[in-house]
Amino acid sequence: MEALVSLAVKAIFVENMALAFFLGMCTFLAVSKKIGTAIGLGISVTLVQAITVPANNLILTYLLAPGALAWAGFPDVDLTFLGLISYIGVIAAMVQILEMILDKYFPPLYNALGVFLPLITVNCAILGGSLFMVERDYDLAQSTVYGLSSGFGWALAITAMAGVREKLKYSDIPEGLQGLGITFISAGLMAMAFMSFSGVNL
Amino acid sequence: MAQTYRSMLVDPMVDNNPITLQVLGICSALAVTSSMQVALVMTIAVTTVTAFSSMFISVLRSQIPSSIRIIVQMIIIASLVIVVDQVLKAYAYEISKTLSVFVGLIITNCIVMGRAEAFAMKNPPFASFVDGVGNGLGYGLILMLVGTIRELFGSGSLFGITIFETVNNGGWYVPNGLLLLPPSAFFVIGLLIWAFRTWKPEQVEEREYRIQTVEAH
Repeated sequence: MEALVSLAVKAIFVENMALAFFLGMCTFLAVSKKIGTAIGLGISVTLVQAITVPANNLILTYLLAPGALAWAGFPDVDLTFLGLISYIGVIAAMVQILEMILDKYFPPLYNALGVFLPLITVNCAILGGSLFMVERDYDLAQSTVYGLSSGFGWALAITAMAGVREKLKYSDIPEGLQGLGITFISAGLMAMAFMSFSGVNL
Repeated sequence: MAQTYRSMLVDPMVDNNPITLQVLGICSALAVTSSMQVALVMTIAVTTVTAFSSMFISVLRSQIPSSIRIIVQMIIIASLVIVVDQVLKAYAYEISKTLSVFVGLIITNCIVMGRAEAFAMKNPPFASFVDGVGNGLGYGLILMLVGTIRELFGSGSLFGITIFETVNNGGWYVPNGLLLLPPSAFFVIGLLIWAFRTWKPEQVEEREYRIQTVEAH
């Protein structure tokens, strides 16, 4: 239990998806102009991340890992090279299913998040989460916690960034630095602030 | 043909650079630039994937039903990335370890997807191939620039070969450790964008609010 809590804290702050690994940067920079939309996108990412990381973990353990197909009579088969294509398939399918479920049962939520869902398939934070899960050999419990907390960490970062940018638009910035340039530099300052968490030992 | 092949290849490098202007493919641009060698391998990998995926998607463009085109594009891209990943693991194992998940993340690199969607779906195969190469190189150009700055000033070397002898080895150069850490990539790219836009003022973004000075009476 303690190990899981420290994994969660580590995934949210120390190894923040957006600010320490730069995952999901395209959306991070493109959809952080308003706090409201940033929160909406953050929630969708957390949701999708919390579903896809454990789902991909199950696929890896029961279908792809060396010897995983023993139950089907193929003990020598190693399908790990198919990993990338299966993970992205699962992510695309999950996003599609989530979109349909939300549309059917939670229309208000669907109206709020609907526009962001297709964007999420190509958000590298989602695929990155699954790949980190593979690289670090997480089991099912760990990957559930990791998925949830890394998604939350990303949501936290984009919301904070949107807060900064809302104030930033009133400031007097040199011509060439206007827009993208200053956004990069403020993201850099935020990343430096988040680096101070790296001293935290859990 | 409105655009010549030459302009297709050269345009994405400066005038329509995927990173500084189209804001595509930033994730890996930041993460893999702490050394030149890694940046070079990443450039080659991304250029290969972009070029070939654009070509294949363009070959299939009239066969792909538009409702499932994203999935089809994803599968083509993912298969190419698997090939690149396996080649790297076989011939450059050390580098593929350093790149870790970022090879896999080429799949979600928006440059690849962006070019497939914006160019390859509407143009013939060879033109798409050239456009893919051009955009891959435009991305690589920024990657190499950032990599040069970070490695040269961060550890005093280029491609692992010492250029500035560091103090620890009895030389004169005190390396700037900050440049090897993640946040510096943001600053370097931010400043590069500034430089690019000062050189090409037409790329400057419009302000949302303008500060107006009122004459005092």
